[in-house]
Amino acid sequence: MIYFDNVSKLYSAGAAALESVTFTIEPKEFVSLVGQSGAGKSTLIRLLLAEEKPSKGKVFFESLDVHNLTSSEIPFVRRKIGTVFQDFRLLPTKTAYENIAFALEAAGKDDAEIAADVPHVLDLVGLADKSDYFPHELSGGQQQRVAIARALVNRPEVVVADEPTGNLDPLNTWEIIRLLAKINELGTTVLLATHDKDIIDTIGKRVITFEGGRVVRDEKRGRYIL
Amino acid sequence: MFVTSFKRVIRNAFISFWRNGWVSLATILVMVLAIFMVGSLILFLVLLESTLQEVEKKVDVTVYFKVDAAETDTTHVQELLLRMPEVKNVEYISREESLKRFKERHKDNSLIASALDELGQNPLGASLRVQAISPQSYGSIANFLESGSFDSIDKVNYKQNQRVFERLANILNMSRRIGIGISVALGFIAFLVAFNTISLAIYTARDEIGVMRLVGASAWYVRGPFLVEGVIHGFFSSVITMLAFWPLTLWVGPRARDFFAGVDLHSYYTQNFIQFFLVLFLVGIVLGVFSSFIATRRYLKI
Repeated sequence: MIYFDNVSKLYSAGAAALESVTFTIEPKEFVSLVGQSGAGKSTLIRLLLAEEKPSKGKVFFESLDVHNLTSSEIPFVRRKIGTVFQDFRLLPTKTAYENIAFALEAAGKDDAEIAADVPHVLDLVGLADKSDYFPHELSGGQQQRVAIARALVNRPEVVVADEPTGNLDPLNTWEIIRLLAKINELGTTVLLATHDKDIIDTIGKRVITFEGGRVVRDEKRGRYIL
Repeated sequence: MFVTSFKRVIRNAFISFWRNGWVSLATILVMVLAIFMVGSLILFLVLLESTLQEVEKKVDVTVYFKVDAAETDTTHVQELLLRMPEVKNVEYISREESLKRFKERHKDNSLIASALDELGQNPLGASLRVQAISPQSYGSIANFLESGSFDSIDKVNYKQNQRVFERLANILNMSRRIGIGISVALGFIAFLVAFNTISLAIYTARDEIGVMRLVGASAWYVRGPFLVEGVIHGFFSSVITMLAFWPLTLWVGPRARDFFAGVDLHSYYTQNFIQFFLVLFLVGIVLGVFSSFIATRRYLKI
């Protein structure tokens, strides 16, 4: 469902963030992207979301060449990909409820559907009682759970999480990972970028390891080895 | 679908306007300054124009007829003048009227009065006061009268005033040009200040714009609320500016009228209230929407 075909990304002359990266992700997989900071994990996610264009190669999402889409077609792809970031990226002037509802509103869902779905995902991430809180009134772990709820509410085919636990303490980290695992069990593909050794070793799912912008290992039941 | 999105864009604009209260307030205040500047310039130009028109009204060319000129001759000249496109108005002053005015002007001078009595008859001829649409045309009107070789014309008082006319025409033209030039320059400065304030306000929201895009919002769905907020800012700024002009023109109006001999700005303000407000409102909206449009463009590229 996601296919990177010989993708390279050069930022300034000489420095390659990604070099000839090729891999395929099947539906319902749980894939971890590991590697040190600067190994190219975030660049890869930005390419998938069409935030940036690759210097070479192609990125496919469900047979669509992501970088061959017009700017008005890109939102339709993004609605099928739920995204979670290290710095949460919630809208600061909207409440938890409104942040989640925004993803549905932007996708043009009707009011009845929004009123039914938002409380449902808030309940799923365990924040049913915090729906009217603004992001600055929530803890980091709670904010990240709101972000996950927002990523889920459009029933995406893939959830992409870029270092989702990077700013969290161990307890919150495990809650977030458990949530991602649960989402995967319910049938959604999960793509998790992280450099947390404990997480990778515990999950025991497919691991793609990056080093200096290249794929150095791709194992079905991988461990964190650098 | 479209209607729903439109409603949501408007609702989001009002929510954002309210929750970013301080940013909205600061934006409105700066826009008030810009719109106030535009409004002041309009009033300044109105005052300038009315003053210049007052001055222009005082300028004329007078055609003096011989004492024995027949009334048919004077009406003939009057008709010819009225047919000229440069001529705005021709006033006929009969012999009797001339005498009356002359006596009125010299009523304190007993010598002249007794001299007139001594004469026993009216020594003055009829005359025509010609007003041109623009002061530059007096030359050609005078030329027409002099080259037409009308026997009944005694003299045309253009030659003696010619240099004064020309200088006055130059000054009036120059005043208009300077007035418009200053207005354009100040208006442009005001526009830049407001534009930059709005750009900065949107700069602080650039991360939010990026998040909205990544969550799958279309460019117009993200941009819409900013444009609607531009309209809201424009509306409030123009209303505040309009209210500020009420006491201000009330105070400045009579003083300016006494000094410049033009219109009373306050009566201009009250008589043209709707048009004046619409102009300011339009300036405010265009300023708000245009600035938001340009400022969001950069951050929407994601």
